[in-house]
Amino acid sequence: MENKRIVENTKKFNLKQFFFQWEWMLVGVFIIINIMNSNLSPYYLSFTGIMDASMTFLDKAFMVLPMVFIIILGDIDISIASTTALSAVIMAVTFNMGLPMPLAILLGLTVGAVCGLINGLLIVKFKELPAMIVTLSTMIIFRGIAYIILEDQAAGKFPEWYSYLGWGYVGTVPFMLIAFIVFAILFGLLLHKTTFGRSVYGMGNNITACRYSGIKTDKIKVIVFTLMGFMASVTALFLISRTGSARPNVATGYEMDVIAMVVLGGISTLGGKGRMLGAVISIFIIGLLRYGLGLINVPAQMLMIIIGIILIIAVTIPNINLSSFKKKKIA
Amino acid sequence: MRNISKFREMGLLVFIVILCAFIQFKNPSFLSFENINDLLTNTAILSILAVGMMMVLLTAGIDLSIGSTLALSGMTAALVVSNNPEISPIVAILIGVAVGTVCGFIVGFLVSMFGVFPIIASLGMMNVYRGLTFMSSGGKWVSAHQMPDSFKGIATGSILGINTLIFIAIVIYIIFYYFINYTRTGRQIYAVGSNVASAKISGINTKKTLLLVYTLMGALSGLAGVLWVSKFASAQGDTATGYELSVIAACVLGGVSVAGGYGKVSGLLVGALLLGILNNALPLINVSPFWQNAIQGCIILVAILMNAYVKRRATKENLMRRKI
Repeated sequence: MENKRIVENTKKFNLKQFFFQWEWMLVGVFIIINIMNSNLSPYYLSFTGIMDASMTFLDKAFMVLPMVFIIILGDIDISIASTTALSAVIMAVTFNMGLPMPLAILLGLTVGAVCGLINGLLIVKFKELPAMIVTLSTMIIFRGIAYIILEDQAAGKFPEWYSYLGWGYVGTVPFMLIAFIVFAILFGLLLHKTTFGRSVYGMGNNITACRYSGIKTDKIKVIVFTLMGFMASVTALFLISRTGSARPNVATGYEMDVIAMVVLGGISTLGGKGRMLGAVISIFIIGLLRYGLGLINVPAQMLMIIIGIILIIAVTIPNINLSSFKKKKIA
Repeated sequence: MRNISKFREMGLLVFIVILCAFIQFKNPSFLSFENINDLLTNTAILSILAVGMMMVLLTAGIDLSIGSTLALSGMTAALVVSNNPEISPIVAILIGVAVGTVCGFIVGFLVSMFGVFPIIASLGMMNVYRGLTFMSSGGKWVSAHQMPDSFKGIATGSILGINTLIFIAIVIYIIFYYFINYTRTGRQIYAVGSNVASAKISGINTKKTLLLVYTLMGALSGLAGVLWVSKFASAQGDTATGYELSVIAACVLGGVSVAGGYGKVSGLLVGALLLGILNNALPLINVSPFWQNAIQGCIILVAILMNAYVKRRATKENLMRRKI
């Protein structure tokens, strides 16, 4: 298998193969959505319009990046939205108690990373438990702690400069978009250009084989989950900067959105397959679709249906191709 | 292994008894007839759903769409009833079950025929059903005064002196206990969950089994939807959002393995009961409602970690015995 891959790599650049990739299909969908949006509303297709639109959905995009790693590992983490809520609440409460804002932010980020670390350690120590179940229980616990801290109140009144994170511009580009691009490049390099990233792919394909070939699988898994927790708190950072206050129920349901974006990006939940680029494109597809249909007052519920159907179609198409292909091979 | 699984259920039961004793000590009204009736009524819907979820988990699948299916079928039944008040409650239940069955069938079809991963298929359909729920009602609620008394009577009435909800739950448990343990199809569910390949080789139609499991899950959530709407006397767009996770938690507490192939109806009953007691008792002993989430989560986490630990010990002992 490995030999074959090397042979393929030395082959000449194959134009057909290059264009017959999941990412190109996503680009196609992305273009269709933009054409549709600009037909729907004359105000849509302008630089500032799209830039503003990107700010409405970029907060959860930060969580998509590490989620790609987790799903390539063949795991899943559904506690992320609760981690976001917990670190948002801690950030806001410690600030209101008199901690300077930079320290409060640092504390929030630490809390997020610790939440992720707890998830990672539990998953590594109890290998017989699926990640889904472990994170299901920590999901309830993390949000529970957020409720204990803040009950049904909101905390806020952040300093002026803090709202710059969520609302500010660098020139004409939103600060959030720049932050996202930086993070996306970092995570993309980590996944595709480092030993760490290759190990993640390997572990998604066969974790036992990886362990026997000397990869520290446990360590990598814990690191990936810690990164996930950290990025969940980065989401919190931008989210509460935009909303201006933190409540224990912020970010409810984000985990499903994030997983949907990753899966639409062509990353298989079976593990070991998919690329960062696909996930990044699908963030913009779902985000701009939501924004564009919002412009012409399509109800939010209709959007849920559309996104659900897109998700189903996206994961069904490759399966159909694959099965008919296999049948031919056998015959 | 058999001893251990018994030990597990006993352990949970002992835990429940200790918990009950503690709560009773703190608040003597806990073990009164009314409160127990209340507790069981509140747990009935959860335990009905848990049976269906157990079958799905047995096949190593998962169904995240049940909260939305519940809402959609409850909403449909409520809309029909509010437009035709003369309709019999039984017809309303049948409508709910029919809607649920169709919903479950679609998820099952995607999973079994197209090989979409259960978590993704149900995640997508969850969005679709939730959207449909909002669309069908136009975002409005169907509230108590729009429902005829006969419909609300489903949840408040009683059969043979037992509240209807509890009665239905008991009937469902008896039927499915028989179905899962003593029919060929029931045993095939375990076979598919333990090892799909060997199940297929031994002549089991795995696709059909998968389809059946999800359809049954849908039907049960349809039933639960009607009961839910009748119990709370209101149908809303966001009914039972996130309820699927409670149901999965009840299954996991009851010792159902999420990796498939392992789980028992009796364990399930204990798990659902424990979750029900936690929900009911924490307010009774003056625990702040804001603490309930965290406490529940911790108990679930401890239960599954204990479960894993006990199982590990058992395997080790078995291996040692084999050596000697």
